[in-house]
Amino acid sequence: MAKVRGAIVVDSAVCKGCALCVEACPAQVIQLSVELNAKGMNYAAMALPDACTGCANCAMVCPDSCITVYRVKI
Amino acid sequence: MTTNDIVKPENLVYAKTPVLSDAVMHYCPGCSHGVVHKLVAEVIEDLQIQEQTIGIAPVGCAVFAYNYLEIDWQEAAHGRAPALATAVKRLHPHKYVFTYQGDGDLAAIGTAETIHACNRGENIVIIFINNGIYGMTGGQMAPTTLEGMKASTCPSGRNHERDGFPLKMSDLLALLPGTCYVTRQSVHTPGNVRKAKKAITQAFNNQKAQKGTSVVEIVSSCNSGWKMSPVQANKWMEEHMFQQYPLGDLKNI
Ligand code: SF4
Ligand code: SF4
Repeated sequence: MAKVRGAIVVDSAVCKGCALCVEACPAQVIQLSVELNAKGMNYAAMALPDACTGCANCAMVCPDSCITVYRVKI
Repeated sequence: MTTNDIVKPENLVYAKTPVLSDAVMHYCPGCSHGVVHKLVAEVIEDLQIQEQTIGIAPVGCAVFAYNYLEIDWQEAAHGRAPALATAVKRLHPHKYVFTYQGDGDLAAIGTAETIHACNRGENIVIIFINNGIYGMTGGQMAPTTLEGMKASTCPSGRNHERDGFPLKMSDLLALLPGTCYVTRQSVHTPGNVRKAKKAITQAFNNQKAQKGTSVVEIVSSCNSGWKMSPVQANKWMEEHMFQQYPLGDLKNI
């Protein structure tokens, strides 16, 4: 089976730090950052980038459509 | 392989649909409205009907829906969205017309308009967000509030002897001959988001096939009104809301 690697890009200015993406990720890739964005929210970011498969589960559940997902076969 | 090697246009698998505007939504963090707005926008993109779709915005939290989807909109008076959708669809029979309504709008002040539009079999789509509470005005009890569920106007919990029973609107609407499709979905997990998108797609396709009224209820969370975190609210919804409002198709003909 071809291995896949994924990555997400979070629009950290738009993110409201709801953590629904953290909960939805099957690979525990995402955590809320310690830093705050201009809204005063702890925004989502990849904490374990190597584990991402690009499944897009996080982007599906994001109410603010701030996650873009990329995937490559390796 | 680093993130920079992966993040390239040729590897893109999921991005925000251009049918959504760039306006930042006013909803609370984790609100189901944002997910449902996105799904409606994605379905409009997939069916390539952006220029032919007219949305009817409600009164309630989703009153500003017209700021978020790049389509034509009308704003209805409270609860009157199905009546306005009736008029718009009859004047523009080749357009796709949908209402987007919460439970305070659809199941309280708009009960009559909802039932009569469905009973006439108006060829429209009704997207119904049911979070069991009046979100915008401060979390008051709604007709859909669960028994025992606390709200600002029933701080000790809804009691049917005093407050009546939770109203299952979709069950009522499924009984009417004018509805062709009545389904209850949710958007709290990736799998449910995919199913809800399929349901919304089917509803728009039914309109194209002139089959009658399609109703897609989305059992939703209002984490601010329920006074929980977004993640807790989704768990609470699974444990409590789905007992009263089980997911699945109620009618599909
Ligand atoms: S794409 Fe899938 S694996 Fe990657 S962060 Fe999102 S949910 Fe996790
Ligand atoms: S689901 Fe979206 S808004 Fe919520 S924390 Fe994740 S990226 Fe931010």
